[in-house]
Amino acid sequence: MVTRRPRISALNRKLLRDVWHMKGQAAAVAMVIAAGVTMFIAYFSNFESLQRTRATFYERSQFADVFASLTRAPGRVAEQLADLPGVASVDTRVVTEVTLDLEDMREPASGRLVSLPSAAGVALNQVYVRRGRWVDPARPDEVLVSERFAEAHGFDLGTRITALINGRRRTLTIVGVALSPEYVYAIRAGDLFPDFRRFGVLWMNRPALAAALDMTGGFNDVAVAMTADATEAEVIAGIDRLLEPYGGRGAIPQSLQLSAWMLNSELAQLQTFGIVVPVIFLGVAAFILHISLSRMLTQQRPQVATLKALGYTNGELAGHYITWALIVGTAGASAGIVAGAWAGAGFISLYNAYFRFPSLDYQLSITVAVASLTGSLVVAALGALAAVRRAVLVPPAEAMRPESPRLYRVGVLEGMWRFVRLGAVGRMLLRNLASQPVRAAMSTFGIALAVAVIFVGLAFVNIMETLIDGPLIQAMRQDATITLTSPTEDRAVFDARHLPGVLEVEPLRSVPVRLRAGARSRALALTGLSDAPRFSRVVDSNGRAIGPPLDGLLLSRKLAEVLGVEPGDPVDVELLEGHRTTGREHVGALVDDAIGLNAYIRLDRLDRLVRSGPLVNGMAVTVDAAKYDDLFRAITLTPAVAGIGLRQAAIQNFRDTMAENMNLSIGINVLFAAIIAFGVVYNSARVSLSERSHELASLRVLGFTRGEISFILLGELTVLTALALPAGVIIGYGLGEAIMLAFDNEVYRLSFTASAETVAWSWLTVMAATVLSALLVRRRLDRLDLVAVLKAKE
Amino acid sequence: MTGTRAESGAPVFIARGLTKIYVMGEVTVHALRGVDFDLSPGELVVLLGPSGSGKSTLLNILGGLDVPTAGTVLYGDHNLTTAGEAALTQYRREHVGFVFQFYNLIPSLTARENVALVTDIVDSPMTPEAALEMVGLSNRLDHFPSQLSGGEQQRVAIARAIAKRPSVLLCDEPTGALDLTTGMVVLDALARVNQDLGTATVVITHNAAVAGMADRVVRLADGVVAGIERNAHRMAVRDLTW
Repeated sequence: MVTRRPRISALNRKLLRDVWHMKGQAAAVAMVIAAGVTMFIAYFSNFESLQRTRATFYERSQFADVFASLTRAPGRVAEQLADLPGVASVDTRVVTEVTLDLEDMREPASGRLVSLPSAAGVALNQVYVRRGRWVDPARPDEVLVSERFAEAHGFDLGTRITALINGRRRTLTIVGVALSPEYVYAIRAGDLFPDFRRFGVLWMNRPALAAALDMTGGFNDVAVAMTADATEAEVIAGIDRLLEPYGGRGAIPQSLQLSAWMLNSELAQLQTFGIVVPVIFLGVAAFILHISLSRMLTQQRPQVATLKALGYTNGELAGHYITWALIVGTAGASAGIVAGAWAGAGFISLYNAYFRFPSLDYQLSITVAVASLTGSLVVAALGALAAVRRAVLVPPAEAMRPESPRLYRVGVLEGMWRFVRLGAVGRMLLRNLASQPVRAAMSTFGIALAVAVIFVGLAFVNIMETLIDGPLIQAMRQDATITLTSPTEDRAVFDARHLPGVLEVEPLRSVPVRLRAGARSRALALTGLSDAPRFSRVVDSNGRAIGPPLDGLLLSRKLAEVLGVEPGDPVDVELLEGHRTTGREHVGALVDDAIGLNAYIRLDRLDRLVRSGPLVNGMAVTVDAAKYDDLFRAITLTPAVAGIGLRQAAIQNFRDTMAENMNLSIGINVLFAAIIAFGVVYNSARVSLSERSHELASLRVLGFTRGEISFILLGELTVLTALALPAGVIIGYGLGEAIMLAFDNEVYRLSFTASAETVAWSWLTVMAATVLSALLVRRRLDRLDLVAVLKAKE
Repeated sequence: MTGTRAESGAPVFIARGLTKIYVMGEVTVHALRGVDFDLSPGELVVLLGPSGSGKSTLLNILGGLDVPTAGTVLYGDHNLTTAGEAALTQYRREHVGFVFQFYNLIPSLTARENVALVTDIVDSPMTPEAALEMVGLSNRLDHFPSQLSGGEQQRVAIARAIAKRPSVLLCDEPTGALDLTTGMVVLDALARVNQDLGTATVVITHNAAVAGMADRVVRLADGVVAGIERNAHRMAVRDLTW
């Protein structure tokens, strides 16, 4: 007689059926959690994969701890360096910047020629040959080229390229494609963004390169590995002392080595992004979970009271409703982990566009997966907590009483509208809103969050445009920048005017210096500007031009932070070339610029500071557009010119490489934000529907049309959405500022900006989500089973 | 079906001087004004009185759903007046079966599962199937509340209440939402449970005709006991007329 079934307790059965019954709302919440987890996994697994890959590469290739460049030192200095306390091993190199004349480019490209040890796998900063072979020591014209550069030009093994080394044209043969820990992120010193077509690294036999540079038996660059117990500052000080007589330009630790520095900053950004963005998404998820659970609980109040009357404890009921949330959380997190792993594996190949490692393998660690699952469950439980507390407060005696009608009154809102003729339907709509102002406010807030996340996602398009506009368009008004191989007397400016196509010339000079304020110091290029620069300008993050102060230095605000100085404070300026003089300047002004750590000074003060005559080592020029080819030809024949950078090419390069990838992640952010928007709005509409179905069915029985009852429910949604639109933009600004903290570092400092279009698009997206939700709910309204709804009054 | 059940042993409840005052904003409602009430094992008591007479308040206090403002209730050696919320929950869980006017079934659970809701949390209950058989619903085990008539729903509620073999069954207007014929079936089920299991039962009603089925009828009016009648013979439910 008694049939035994697998034992699931009746309460758990109720739980499963409740989840199933509310599957639409549960799915909407789970979807938002999934979106948050997807972003967390995608960002964070990439962060971890890059970090692991970097650590492995740095270790296997013996990436050095300290780097220094100098004018020239004899070979024996290497032994003296090795004897310094804290130095484990020393690797000396010959390095030079060259101009490359490539067949597939009109303008000359820049190259960095680095000497190779006699065989692979020895010394520091070991070069890894991806394709081809190591250079033949007997053949002085063989080179290895950096992989990204080879890809950008489609170089094959055996391709010949022409380089201008020390004023002499040399034809070099590519025998291998290589990678190095020093050039994971291959960017030309002084550039804002990497340009893989216009800058590449070439490695060649040391004797051949040394001979070409009159450096035989000597070196001009050194890398040092430290012993485990050494301190960076001591080793650097020792190296600087030793190299000073040889034109040492100041040693830098690994963390400031250009490629490592950029990579660090990129990883830090990824890490912050991987936390900040998902936290926002999960916060929104917790919030809508809270709303839907609270509302579900309001509907289940009589059931809660009954269960309590039957003897269920508060603990059992709390467990019941928290489990509901945990089921939704687990479903969302599981979907998110799968989607995140998929997206993360796709993302990682994007980094291949910038960073080059022997292998960049994607790996999703168990820790990250478990962390996101745990995070989701905690968020779900937190979202459920307030609702559960309310369940606990339901008095069991309530089970004995019928529900009393909710308290309504003629609200303020309606008072304001009294001049408008409101039908019964309109009055119901307004009184519904007014009778539960907290709930209306919560729903508005939920939808506003959706507006905010979309708004922030889209604002990144504006932020990227600002980034292009400031440093690239406003700051670089010249057509091209010519750099000279060495400082030259300023009459070179007059010579430059005679180059074909050149219209106007503005002198530039930058010198390697170390700025020191108290115990803090930083080595960088100090740029000399003319009094009122017309072409090469300094602009702040709002695109406003700032001239160099009459006296003193103009510093990036971030640099001032790094050095711990304010306007008026003195800074020691140590020249890292030539006479190595030290002068004292004070901070004249600060600029809120967007990229890098920069220091500027007026040209005449720079000359005085470094005790030289009026010298220049670069020129900003405007060019007759029809004569570029003539100009390039002339430049490749001019040994004094190290290279030329075109503004248009820089902008194009930025758009092609940086912006393209940025746009992809912006697109993904916006997609997920739209999912949130839909989740919030749909959830809100569905909960209202289930709360109201009895009332609405009653109205239908009384003879109201489908359209009229839809107006009550969907009209409410419309009012809430309309209120949420402006609120969302305000919240969005707050979130945007918070996210910008991830972009406040030495490499990038972006400020949050959004255009009117961004506001409009975020509004339109949420309005579309509202219309879609309304249509889905409207379909349910149309199918409202009048008899069943009225009968099933619990 | 006839004859007064032997009332043996100590009373199930001894309530003395129960007073309950509700303060709702500026309004103070005296729901009970010094009520004494005893219930013997196996006894079936009908609480009779108009709306607002305090019947439900008394029942809620006996059931551990509410506590009196003054007075004491002893259930065996438990003092319900001084018990905390956890103790009251434990008391309801172990000893009390409730039948509500509006059935209060969980809509997402079948008849069998609604009963299992109780059998899951007590020691040595009946099986849900046995409890449902007692109220004549063996053929409705896997129906959801929305698939049952009002009378059937109330019988499921009774099965749910008795499945734990409670010492006391408290029924608040069990027929209040039902028509005459259906109401009779429900009352018959209650009378049978009382007879067969010997569960002390309190039934609230405002329908005087129901009084005939009781061992004892307690009339409440305006928060005080207005009269107690003992029926020499309990009438069979089918013989009640109204």
